[in-house]
Amino acid sequence: MRTKKRAVAMLLAGGQGSRLGVLTKKVAKPAIPFGGKYRIIDFPLSNCINSGIDTVGVLTQYMPLDLNGYIGNGQPWDLDRNDGGVSVLPPYVRGKDGEWYKGTANAIYQNIRFIERYDPEYVVVLSGDHIYKMDYSKMIDYTEEKNAACTIAVLNVTLEEATRFGIMNTEEDDRIYEFEEKPAHPKSTKASMGVYVFEWKKMKKYLEEDEADPNSENDFGKNIIPNMLAAGERMYAYEFDGYWKDVGTLQSLWDANMELLLPDSPINLGDNTWKIYARNPNEMPHYTSGHAKVKNAMVSEGCRIHGTVENSIIFHGAYVGRGTVVKDSLILPNTVIEDGAVVEYSIIGQNTHIGKNAKIGAPKEVAEATVTPGKMTGYMAVLADDITIGDGQVVAPAEMLDEDRL
Amino acid sequence: MKDTLGLIFAYQNDELMKSLTQKRALSSIPFGGRYRVVDFALSNLVNSGVTKVGIITRNNYQSLMDHLGSGKEWDLSRKNGGMYILPPFAQNSGYRGKMEALRNAENFIRKSTEEYVILSSADVIFNMTFDDALRFHKEKGADITLIYKKGVVKQFDGGAGSGCIIETNGDERVTDIAVNPVIGGEVVKRGLEQIIIGRSLLESLINECTSHNMYSLHRDVLQRHLNDLKIYGYEYDGYCAKIDSIASYYAANMDLLDGDIRSALFYQDDQIFTKIRDEAPTLYTNSAEVTNSLIADGCVIEGTVENSILFRGVHVRKGAVIRNSIIMQDCEIQEKSELQYAITDKDVVIRENRKLFGYNLYPMVLAKGSVV
Repeated sequence: MRTKKRAVAMLLAGGQGSRLGVLTKKVAKPAIPFGGKYRIIDFPLSNCINSGIDTVGVLTQYMPLDLNGYIGNGQPWDLDRNDGGVSVLPPYVRGKDGEWYKGTANAIYQNIRFIERYDPEYVVVLSGDHIYKMDYSKMIDYTEEKNAACTIAVLNVTLEEATRFGIMNTEEDDRIYEFEEKPAHPKSTKASMGVYVFEWKKMKKYLEEDEADPNSENDFGKNIIPNMLAAGERMYAYEFDGYWKDVGTLQSLWDANMELLLPDSPINLGDNTWKIYARNPNEMPHYTSGHAKVKNAMVSEGCRIHGTVENSIIFHGAYVGRGTVVKDSLILPNTVIEDGAVVEYSIIGQNTHIGKNAKIGAPKEVAEATVTPGKMTGYMAVLADDITIGDGQVVAPAEMLDEDRL
Repeated sequence: MKDTLGLIFAYQNDELMKSLTQKRALSSIPFGGRYRVVDFALSNLVNSGVTKVGIITRNNYQSLMDHLGSGKEWDLSRKNGGMYILPPFAQNSGYRGKMEALRNAENFIRKSTEEYVILSSADVIFNMTFDDALRFHKEKGADITLIYKKGVVKQFDGGAGSGCIIETNGDERVTDIAVNPVIGGEVVKRGLEQIIIGRSLLESLINECTSHNMYSLHRDVLQRHLNDLKIYGYEYDGYCAKIDSIASYYAANMDLLDGDIRSALFYQDDQIFTKIRDEAPTLYTNSAEVTNSLIADGCVIEGTVENSILFRGVHVRKGAVIRNSIIMQDCEIQEKSELQYAITDKDVVIRENRKLFGYNLYPMVLAKGSVV
């Protein structure tokens, strides 16, 4: 018999993240590197352990190998427990009719048995594509206080932004009476953050009903939440006023990384009271050589910097050669940029090799003034993981490259 | 190397390190930006496939235990084997020699089933696996194999002496062992205090020493048995540095600014493992000027850093200048202060406008937590 848990977290990590283009060619979105040494999933996982939630199910589906290896036994997040801890939950075959996760609600439905093992009062549903620090325990307390069947974390956005989010329309006491997905004329500015707390017994009932409905898309936003509202369940909005960033697009990924360089970075990674944990790459301290010039940049362990780095995040194990210039860019882990190359306003994938005197992207202002923006890339040049750019080769701004250019 | 047991001496030459060992053993002195001296001995054993390691401590080992934890960072948190910390029995105030220290570990050694033992002193910075040395030991039918480094011994003021200098014949059989002889600038074979020995032989030697009130590994075992035991020398030709004084500690750290030495120690398949601290990457602001320096995660650099080593969580404020220095974990160097040839232990604060200068061969050491 396992210990009864107050709350179990279910982290939806199966999304492909197709708007991140070539970066998610080989890895699922939650496994995308962030902030020099982290991955996106480190944020919800660290939030869980910092909130006292020690039982987390991670629902994977797309390109799970990297993510599975990264999560491992959960030890970096202190989630290697005898009772609970982190469990990776891929879709599986039952009898003759195994199936993929059809939607977010179906993914939880397929894992009802996992949740029931812990007999929880509450289930916290999280997604693996946001950068934020949040104490989920306060939200669970709020759910209990309101005697709610479900609470949805919301962020106050501008009226203009509200058209791009799922919006909660609430009474004065924050009770939700209506949910609108991307409304053209928003009545409220309370945008859903994709963080839900459900009372488990109620949730189970609605998941089972939803599964029985052949017309359902098995999605929380489209089906479960509207169904619960229609049935008159007590549903509340939980206002969150901290930093929260969706990093679902290349531009927002770049922006969120660059915000780490601000003097009072809104997502203070050095805060010892709410640490963000990551699997440690075990690299030595980074080396900045006598030829290097590093300004307004974040550099992680294992890097070797011999060139100029400005306004950039250099992830662990990267190499920047002599005479090389890196500006306004994200250089993901273990990438090598050889001598004399210029990389500007770009995102360079992991383990990619850029040859001598190659030219990637263009200065930010120049690109913005002269180039037609790409649908996904905007004005940035974006290189996939594990590719090679030969000596002297050029990758234009707004270009997205996922093969060698020799 | 499943048939090999590791034993690390974690207390060598503590008294020579002055304030750096006031509250810790030499083996737990921070080194190279994020490591502790013991990480090298421990990682070498682990990289050789040794899965059971005893760590012999003497005193001031709280910091060492805190660093080692359950041993999981070295993959030594095991169901079978793993890491064992072997503190002294309470009535012992110290060990007169390694054989006396080993007597303390006698139970641990006797209960082990491994055929060989590697005795490793945790005061050497090097990256070596023992596989080839053990093969050599078996091929030669050796009783004891001493791993040595051939070269000119760099001697530093205040150090422990020239160490164990051996001579070997054409077959690498050891023909002479001298302890701390006076030597000049000649090329010698210096023992690295990394020794391979059969476990049952080690047990009987411990017994012999105990019953005759002998305690020195060098004098009472190696020198006495030079002729009746087959003692061989095995050459290690990579980088190594012995830490036995402030000056040698400083020099070994500064060696890391040399790319070849860094490669030899760290950019290898065999990694050096250490305790994890979960720091954010280091942030350089617009006013940062950093050259030829080794910098760990978690630092914020607003000032000038040259030819220096910064440990995790150091804050260098605007206008501060650090040259040729070693700045340990969580130090704060405030506005317009200046440091040259300084070693600041953990949590040191250098207040605004303070200027402190040591000298190349005699770096200034600031004790843990001091505020200048």
